[in-house]
Amino acid sequence: MAGSDDVVLLNFWASPFGARVKIALAEKGVVNYDYKEEKLADKSSLLLKMNPVHKKVPVLIHHGKPICESNIIVQYIDETWQNDDPPLLPSDPYLKAQARFWADFVDSKVRFSGIWRTKGEEQESAKKEFIDLLKVLEGQLGEKPYLIGESFGYADIAVIPLSCWFYALETVGKMNIGQECPKLIEWVERCMERESVSKSLPDPHKIYEYLLEKMKKLG
Amino acid sequence: MATKSEIKLLGTPASPYVNRVQFVLNLKSIEYEYIEENLACKSELLLTSNPVHKKIPVLFHANKPPICESLIIIEYLDEIKPDVHRILPSNPIERADNRFWANYIDNKFYPLYEELRLTLGKEGKELIKKQIIEGSVLLEEAFMKFSNEKAYFGGDDIGYLDVVLGCFLAWTKFVEKHNEFKVFDDVRTPRLAEWTKRIWSHEAVKDVIPGNEPIVNFYMMLQKYKPPGAV
Repeated sequence: MAGSDDVVLLNFWASPFGARVKIALAEKGVVNYDYKEEKLADKSSLLLKMNPVHKKVPVLIHHGKPICESNIIVQYIDETWQNDDPPLLPSDPYLKAQARFWADFVDSKVRFSGIWRTKGEEQESAKKEFIDLLKVLEGQLGEKPYLIGESFGYADIAVIPLSCWFYALETVGKMNIGQECPKLIEWVERCMERESVSKSLPDPHKIYEYLLEKMKKLG
Repeated sequence: MATKSEIKLLGTPASPYVNRVQFVLNLKSIEYEYIEENLACKSELLLTSNPVHKKIPVLFHANKPPICESLIIIEYLDEIKPDVHRILPSNPIERADNRFWANYIDNKFYPLYEELRLTLGKEGKELIKKQIIEGSVLLEEAFMKFSNEKAYFGGDDIGYLDVVLGCFLAWTKFVEKHNEFKVFDDVRTPRLAEWTKRIWSHEAVKDVIPGNEPIVNFYMMLQKYKPPGAV
């Protein structure tokens, strides 16, 4: 059965990257692991030791060995814990490549700090860019229940944490993501029906408060 | 078995991301058709096969839709022909370690070369060079850990990180000459300095690594379309 012994997760509650790892662990039935909340302004010596190169969360520590970078951690989790459910990554090499592509897409293309850091024309431009990228994701979804096919998996895990920022971005940016991307919102709701997701994602209202604080600090 | 027409690779000679895919195709004895792309005037094929990024390499396998992103392509090739020259190890923690360093190389280390080109002024450039040197030390430590006293990151023969880092050697040589410094040198990174010579002459690599001309042409194109000083 899924052993939670000797599994430690270093994370920051608002991190969408950490959320990916939490979802993956929950999907595999790995519960009761040691969760350590990090203060980003005052990183623990454990974090600095386990991720000296980037000094970032999330870090998964399994049997004392660190694994860093959220998408890499999720793949590690998939390869290490196997249960009766389909694996998080499809077994077909071609579909696996597709899943990896869309997980990578989020990290390399999706940016939204412009929506809350800027005003006026710059902000409008940032909003449009963000919506355009969400529409690309919607295009990939098509009529499928999940991003790659019939099963919830790696690509969905990579993208779904974005959704907990939607409320904050809509409020600050005065936008309506549901109106622009209705099918994507349906997919979000479908993913949220899974306990692994609903229990792992931070509360969108808390994210909004967190964002307001960040904006205040920027002046 | 992949016949020549079954696998096609869209690329350009000076692209290290294309080169690393070619190393893997060679290592796995996968025959392929090479289609050259003109990055100054992107083809219909590229724009339709990679509409998201509009970048090479793009791999086409039989009638399947295209596969993009070099590291994704490499894992795909490793999965469709696992019995010939395994690229990634099978152990999950080793795989995670390998992927981590590939991520570091692609997202932190190699982008410094382009930052160096785009930065104007001696002081700015010296700062970037310092970061590249710090990165080289990290990579030397990584090499020690992965190679375990053997010739390559992959051990006795080329593995994932050899392919991921090795593809940047022609550009490294160019950047070193152009900026009068050594990225890998005999004192600071002795093992990687040795490894550079070894990998350059490897069967699967030596005919793929571009000569100076394609590099210089690519550089001139970058200078023209993305001039220094631009953000």
